[in-house]
Amino acid sequence: MSRHVVARVSEVPPEGALRVTVKGRPIALFNLSGEFFALYDRCPHEGASLCAGRRVSIAVADTPGEYRLERRGEMIRCPWHGWDFDIRTGQSWCDPEHTRVRRYAVSVEAGERLAKGPFRAESVPVSVEDDYLVVEV
Amino acid sequence: MTRGIVDCDIHPNMASDAELLPFMPRRWADHLRDYGPLNHQGLAFALQHPRFNPGVARADSWPPNGGPPGSDLDFMRAHHLDAHNIDHGILMSLRPAGCDERNLDYGAAICAAANDWQHARFVQPEPRLHGGIMIPQEDPDAAVAEIERCVAKGGFVQVNFTPRASEPPGRRRYRRILECAAHHGLPVGFHVSGVPGHPSTGAGHLTYYLQEHHSNMPGMQAVVASLVLDGVFAALPALKVVLIEGGFTWAPALCWRMDQAWRRMRGEVPALTRPPSDYVREHIWYTTQPIEEPDRAEDLAEISGWVGWDRIMFSTDYPHWDFDDPRYAFRCPLTAAQRELVFSANARALYRLP
Repeated sequence: MSRHVVARVSEVPPEGALRVTVKGRPIALFNLSGEFFALYDRCPHEGASLCAGRRVSIAVADTPGEYRLERRGEMIRCPWHGWDFDIRTGQSWCDPEHTRVRRYAVSVEAGERLAKGPFRAESVPVSVEDDYLVVEV
Repeated sequence: MTRGIVDCDIHPNMASDAELLPFMPRRWADHLRDYGPLNHQGLAFALQHPRFNPGVARADSWPPNGGPPGSDLDFMRAHHLDAHNIDHGILMSLRPAGCDERNLDYGAAICAAANDWQHARFVQPEPRLHGGIMIPQEDPDAAVAEIERCVAKGGFVQVNFTPRASEPPGRRRYRRILECAAHHGLPVGFHVSGVPGHPSTGAGHLTYYLQEHHSNMPGMQAVVASLVLDGVFAALPALKVVLIEGGFTWAPALCWRMDQAWRRMRGEVPALTRPPSDYVREHIWYTTQPIEEPDRAEDLAEISGWVGWDRIMFSTDYPHWDFDDPRYAFRCPLTAAQRELVFSANARALYRLP
């Protein structure tokens, strides 16, 4: 495992997503109200980029005809067939036992600290003023 | 596989209705402007059921230069044809839809314009794409004339017949259309579509799109049963039919049922000299998308064998939301020979493509 500086924090706006590539792997970064998460950016069903999907909530009903929304904006919906994945865990909403997207640890680091290492920042030039997202792959 | 893929279901689209006007006589362009379409339901511009995604499309298929998915040929080339190594794509134009029009003359004008439009915008500039002839099936004279016109024009490899017409397609009123297609060696493609005013299932109108999405299956079964039992294949031995977007794993069960009933009641349909399954096996091809995904992936291979590997043709439905990616659509392992048939050889032979 190694830790990689992948983007400036400002590049992933609130409720937004960004696709980066680390060690040849596509990784989707998500901003969930200021918390950051990273998932493998390939839907396990047919391979679409999850970054191109919509942020959705979960519609729940205790009885037919009634519904409420939960976990607002915390799911990413695949742009093709609509598989919903929990951004926090990578689990599929419909098939949590068998279908999940790999999750990667992501942290926010100050540029000042990064300048000292030991992180790998080959693709993102680091300046001491900014904050950065660091993904462990 | 050395050769590229043949994709049997690609949807071109118009950036706006204005794209059609240059291909319409003034009289019908005025009609479009002043009256607009009229089909058999309340909202002429709406589909029978709300769709899952805007434009019924993959969320990543909206062209960067504007317009709806499928309307930008350059983007379609890069995003789909090049990206998936597609040698040939069969076009299935769904909009505009003259087949649903109640004013038959206007419907014929819409179909003719749609054919000239797809030819000018997609077929002529892109040799990988091949047209499908849109016809006003409720006016067989006009439909036959349109097929003849498009055959003379060139660039079309199929006649598109809506599986939701006013009556089942085997009814005698449509026979001349099917005969004309067979005469020219053109397969007739039934792609899920049509707003005929009756419900999409025998049980009546449905509540959810989720129900409608797989009503394609019983809908296609009704098409097959009609073509077989109304004696179309017995009368037209050269006719070839493609069922597009309606699945295929149901076909063996339908054949078992029809054969069983035919053995007991063949006196009702004396024109059929062979079991119904014989006609199905000989005359019908199936496209794969949206592919069935059984819990045990290997079941799909087994059922495909029952249907016939020489009758199953890969399709993506690009740019629609239920698109299948050629790399991942089949979860079960295919032999090299099966892969070659499904992804390439069957469609090349049927549509007479190089």
